[in-house]
Amino acid sequence: MPLIHLAGQRSAGPREAVAGLRAMLPVAIAAVPIGLLFGALCAGKGLSVTESGLMSILVFAGGAQFAAVELWTWPVSLATLAISTLLINARLGLMSASLLPKLRHLSRRQRLLACALITDETWALAEQRALAQPISPAYWYAQGLLLLTVWSGTTMLGASLGALLGAPERIGADFVFTALFIGLIAGFWRGPATGWTIAASGAVAALVHLTLGSPWHIMAGAAAGMLAGYLAALRPAALA
Amino acid sequence: MTLRPEALAAILLLAVITYGCRIGGVLVASRYDRAGRARAAFDAIPAAVLTAVIAPMVLTTGWPETIAAGLTALAAWRLPLLATVALGVAAVVLLRAGL
Repeated sequence: MPLIHLAGQRSAGPREAVAGLRAMLPVAIAAVPIGLLFGALCAGKGLSVTESGLMSILVFAGGAQFAAVELWTWPVSLATLAISTLLINARLGLMSASLLPKLRHLSRRQRLLACALITDETWALAEQRALAQPISPAYWYAQGLLLLTVWSGTTMLGASLGALLGAPERIGADFVFTALFIGLIAGFWRGPATGWTIAASGAVAALVHLTLGSPWHIMAGAAAGMLAGYLAALRPAALA
Repeated sequence: MTLRPEALAAILLLAVITYGCRIGGVLVASRYDRAGRARAAFDAIPAAVLTAVIAPMVLTTGWPETIAAGLTALAAWRLPLLATVALGVAAVVLLRAGL
């Protein structure tokens, strides 16, 4: 029996990696037009293919990158870019707080390295997997590196094609991001409490976006959604 | 292979800030108690954050985007992720064209 157990553990790494790649594949395909669009926007702001690709590899955070390229000016305003990035990416801290306890068998240093691959998509998939089983390093790195490769590759392709791609609205490319997120959110449905969370977050984020503007709506919506989840747990009978 | 110092500095700054955000949760996580109502708030994080990011596009852009988002949500109920995305994008293109 111990031998069989060991054999099972040995084969778990590749199997976990394949599971990670399979889970990420549809998300990575959906990321292709988003990456092309981002690269084209970079080219429109005068960023080179190398600079655009480097940003996608090192920053690896779609929402903040779209905001950064929107705010990009020559000469570069570092303060504006820094504040926008900090506000938009503050949610990544919430994600690591929730995810890291579920990344078993990792030392503190390994966890710091694993954090480099936290994005909305990698984290959403890992959280969904964590509902059923622990997340292995092989699963985490396989899905994360697949997305990083596709994201940076399509960014560079989009930057070199540039204006050839035409207006993104015409082919609905600007909506891919939204549709992808709706699909990811649906994976988190756990009954009425999730409905209250989505309603509160969506309403507050939309209102704050109309009044204070971007990127304040992200933290405001996230806080409202968490509060709604908290309140729904307080009185499950009344709200269910 | 154009890489200007000015662009490189900005990209590195964004990368450092983003990584700082990513490891920010390590400090919280070590004290994170998965019990009771605090757990309910933490469990709400995924849906709350993802919803907040797309809320302006869904609710404040125009009717085509709002209706397409509703159709996408219905599709997400039954279809796999990639089919959901494809249906949502097709819906927004048709609705914008004034279908």
